Formats: sequence, structure tokens, C-alpha cells
Amino acid sequence: MTQTLSIGRRLTLLLAAIAALLALLSWGMVSSFSGQAAARTQDNVLAASVATIAETLRSEQGMVRLELPYSAFAMLGAIGEDRVFYRVSVAGETLTGYDDLRGRHTPESPGVVLFDTLDYRGETVRMASVSRVVLAGLESVPVTVSVAQTRNGIAAVTAGLSRTAAFLSVALFLLAAALSAIAARASLRPLNEIAQSVSRRGPSDLRPIRRPAPSELAPLITSLNRLMDRLGQSIRRSEDFITEAAHRVRTPLATVRAQAEIALHTVTGEEEKKSLRRVIRAVDESSRSASQLLDHATVAFRAEDLERKELDMSDLTKAVVKSLSPTAEMKDITFALDDAPALIRGDAILLQTALRNVLDNAIKYSPPDTTVRIHVQPVGNTVQVEVCDQGKGLGLGPVGHLTERFRRGDNVEGVVGSGLGLTIADEVMRAHDGSLALRNLVERGTGTCVLLVLPLA
Amino acid sequence: MRFLLVEDNLELAEAVVKRLGLDGHAVDHADTLAMADDCLAAADYDLILLDVMLPDGDGREFLARKRATLETPVIVLTARSQVSDRVGALDQGADDYITKPFDFTELEARCRAVLRRRGGSARNDFKLGDAVFDPNAGTIVQAGQTIDLRNREIRLLEVFARYPGQILSKSQLLDRLFTHDAEVTENAIEVYVGRLRKKLDTVGVRIETVRGLGYRICA
Repeated sequence: MTQTLSIGRRLTLLLAAIAALLALLSWGMVSSFSGQAAARTQDNVLAASVATIAETLRSEQGMVRLELPYSAFAMLGAIGEDRVFYRVSVAGETLTGYDDLRGRHTPESPGVVLFDTLDYRGETVRMASVSRVVLAGLESVPVTVSVAQTRNGIAAVTAGLSRTAAFLSVALFLLAAALSAIAARASLRPLNEIAQSVSRRGPSDLRPIRRPAPSELAPLITSLNRLMDRLGQSIRRSEDFITEAAHRVRTPLATVRAQAEIALHTVTGEEEKKSLRRVIRAVDESSRSASQLLDHATVAFRAEDLERKELDMSDLTKAVVKSLSPTAEMKDITFALDDAPALIRGDAILLQTALRNVLDNAIKYSPPDTTVRIHVQPVGNTVQVEVCDQGKGLGLGPVGHLTERFRRGDNVEGVVGSGLGLTIADEVMRAHDGSLALRNLVERGTGTCVLLVLPLA
Repeated sequence: MRFLLVEDNLELAEAVVKRLGLDGHAVDHADTLAMADDCLAAADYDLILLDVMLPDGDGREFLARKRATLETPVIVLTARSQVSDRVGALDQGADDYITKPFDFTELEARCRAVLRRRGGSARNDFKLGDAVFDPNAGTIVQAGQTIDLRNREIRLLEVFARYPGQILSKSQLLDRLFTHDAEVTENAIEVYVGRLRKKLDTVGVRIETVRGLGYRICA
């Protein structure tokens, strides 16, 4: 499965990006408004300043006189450590102040304050000018008063406001990002709940999902339910197929076997009896192979998705021993079961299949009138099942490869078998994270021990 | 013993009826569940042998339906013991199952095991002189004294008891006593006859050797 970016993360990122955009926008707006407000304040003070200066203009003996009021400059000081320039001109001639402080325009109508921003002595200044007509003697002369101030103060105020705005925007962004993560998780919760309820199920639980779910998830759940339904049907079909196939193969075999046995009782010729026994042995052999192949298929089929129920290995062993006892009795073989409660987690059908194959082997390779000992006990953090017979042992060949498919020991002559029994048991053990070990019993005469080890529940 | 065999394969059914008949059992055959119903209504059986797949239904479902009122032990004849929980679950109503194809010796061993678990059935006892032989319990009782027999000895004595005074060859006994997957020689029969003779000593039942022909029981 290729994983793309999770929906939760995608949603969080998207919401966070929106929050970042909004934060940036609000920061820009606040900075620009604060800049404008500061500039307007400066303009107002400059206007007041020129007005105050212009108020003090008077004419004296036909000359324009001016007394610079201190307050006109003091009010400008309120804004910051900015430098102030001024110029008072009478009909274009500088009366007092900085001669080179000239605006690009001269105010046309008297009484109206004109503002301008210009570069003056290497600095940007804001200048307010106002003109007034003064009667000097008999003439009326136009007088222009200009006051300019550098903009460092308002730049500092604007920067400070902008910093505060930036700080607030970042805080707002972080809050919004955290809230979007929470929102994303909350809106994905129903999805997670459904995923959990599905993964908590056992492998054979294919019932449809009946949880209440948001309408967006309904199509997903519907198709999931349909899939499970189809899966369940296909499992049932393959189970039915295995059962049906077994029935079709084994019923005719049973007929042949039964007829051969009757014939065996009625014929008297030694040669005929011999051939009939051969027929029966061949039927036994093929039916045994068929059942082990089916066992093998069942193991492969069920081990794929193992059921892990809590089981008592000693109960399972007792049940298998009980079902095989009549078979053992026919050879006067006694099962000696020594068991202690031993809990494991696993699939009862598979574990019984494994035990059945191991015990079946023990019966098959034991001489009549012997005992098969079975030990079930917890050892450390494992459960051990040991099955020991009093047969001829495994021969002198290597023991490890006997769990391979269709492999039989080198001293099995005369015993019907397919070579799949231990393979099946071994596969079941592996599927349960356990193991199967074989050994020859030398210390107690002859015999074989099969040791099954499973993890304790 | 009286058996009811429910099996739709006629050849197999015929063979089973014949083979169990050889051992002195009476077997009624039903090839459908409907007919099995009729048989159960008409007669008492010691044991029912029930196939799983029948033309008019599933043998296990029939069993699950009948189990509440049916006392008779049931052995299910199945092609396969268990594929899944679903296929196996209904087997709970059965006393035992045997996988097809089955060995008649094993079938008898299973029947005996089931009957023993169910407390036996008195009408299968044999009178041997003044002693009573109960093959299901595996005992001979004479004057309050009980002799226990082992499985193969029970089986051997049962064959003899069923044919009193008749000569049975070693080869005939071999086929009744052993499954066909083990190579056994007729010497094994001599061994078991020897053991049985020892146990029957106190009862006054003799097993005679008929030279060149076989053995015969004399009570």
C-alpha cells in the first residue's frame, strides 16, 4: 500500500496556511493604518505650528515683522527627537529661517495649509506651508510660512506598532494552527473509530459493520460490507468445495475398501487373498494421502490469517487422545496422558490437526502392546507437548529433514504413509510461533519423541 | 447388535450391511433421511451409522434436530473430520465419527468404545458355559468373579463366541482382528490364542486346535 499524506495532516496544513494568510493580511493592515495615523498626527501638529507662526505676523512701519513663538516649536517636540526647519518668506524673499527650505509648490489661496514631503539635507521631511496676506504700509504682501520636520519619530512609532501587530499576528497564527490540528483530529475521529472496530475483529468475523457513521463514510462502509460479504461467500464456497471434493473421492474409496474386505472373507485362495490385501492397502494409502493433502490445504488456508483464541492445550490433547483411542486399542496400544493446564493462543482446528497427525504417526510406528506417552506441561514461558512411542525410532539417518514434504524415514518399510504428517504438524507449529523437534530415544531402549513447543498465552 | 445405516451410496451400503452381517450384526439400511425417520419410528437400534451428505439434507442437521429425543448413540460417517468451525460444529451431537474409507475392525472398535461410554447394552452378552462374556465391557463374569480381557483378546473371543463349534482358520481370524495397514503374520494369531487360553483356563472354556484347519471354541 502506498501511503499518501494523511488526511489529518493535509487538513491541518491547509487550515494553518489559511490562518497564516489571514495573519499576514491583518499584520499588513494594522501596520498601514498605524503608519497613516502617525502621519496624520504629524500633519496636524505641523499645521498647528504654521498657523501659530502665521498668527504672530504683523506689519510695523511698512515692514513685515515676526516674533517666533516658542510654543510653535515646542508642540513639534512632542512627537520625538526630530529636527525642525522653518522659513518665513515675504513675497519670495526669505525673512527668517532656512533659505534653502523651499517647497515645490507655493500655497495659492491664503489660509489653506499645504503639505508636502520632500528630501531636505539628506533626510525626508514633511513640510506644512501656509500663506497669509499682510498689510505692510499701503501694500498687501503675501507671506509664506513653512515648517518642516524629519520623519524619524513617526517612522519609529510606525515600526513599533508594526512590531506589536506582527507579534499579535504570530500568536494568532499559532493559536489557529493548534485549533486546526484539533479540528482535523475531531473530524477524523469517526474514521478512526471504524478502522479500530474493524481491526479489533477476529479473522473469521466477516459480519457487516453496523456502527453509526457520518454520511461521507457511508459509501466506504457499504463497499467494505459488500467486500466482506463476498469474502465470506468465497470462504464458505471453498470450505464447501473441500468437503464436497473429499466426499466425492472418499465415498467410492470406501465402497472399494468395503467390497474388498467382504471378498477377503469369502475367497479361500491364498493368492487371491494376497491381492485383495494389496487392494485394501492401496486404498488406505490413497485415502490417507488424500486426507493429509486436505489437512495440508486446511493448514495453509487457515494459517494465512490465524485465529488466536485462548485454549488449554491439555483439553485439546485429551480430545484428540479420546478420538484416536479406538484406533490405538486395535493394536493394544495404550495412551498414557500426563497433563497439566497449559494455556496458549491459537487455532483449535489447526492444533488438533497437528496433534492428530503426531499421534497417528505414533500409533502407526508403534508395535502392538506398547504405550505411547504424552506429556503436556508449561515449561518457562512455553507449553510443551511431548509424544514418545516405543517404536523402532527414526533410523540412523538424519532426523531434521523428516518434516519436509513427502519425506519419510529410512526404516518405514511396510507402513502405509504419505510423508506429510510431520510436515503438517511442523507448519501448524510455525504458524503459532512454535517449533517441532524430533529425537530418537536411546536411553530407554528404542522409540521416537516428538516435541511440540508453543508460546504460553 | 442392531444397526441403522443411513447412507445414500448403495454399493457402499450393501458392502457395509454384508460385512457387519458377517460379524453377526443386523443392519437396516436407509438411503434418505426420510426413510431413516421411518426406521427410527419402527425399531430400536443399538447404534446409528449416519452419513453426512444425503440427497434430502445434511446428516448433521438431521442429528441436531433428532438429538433431543434420540437416545441411541450415533457415529457419523464423514469424508473429512473438520475443515472449519462451521463444518465441524454440528458434529457435537454425534458420539464419534469415522472417516471414510473405514476399516471394519476400526468401526467395530469405535462402536464398542461408544457403547462402553454409554453404559453398554446387555443383549450383546454371550453365554460361554456358566460364564457370561460382555464384549462391550471386555469382561467375563463367572460366579461373581470377573476376568478382564485386553482389546484384541475381546475381539478374538467375540469371533469365537459368535460361531460356537465352528472351525475358524488363522487367515479368517487375521482378517477380523487386524487392520490391513500392518504386516502381521499368522503367528500373531497363535500368540493371541495362547493368551486367551490362559485367561479362559479358570472359566472352563477351551479353544481347540484343529490341525491344519484352524481353531474352534468348546464351552
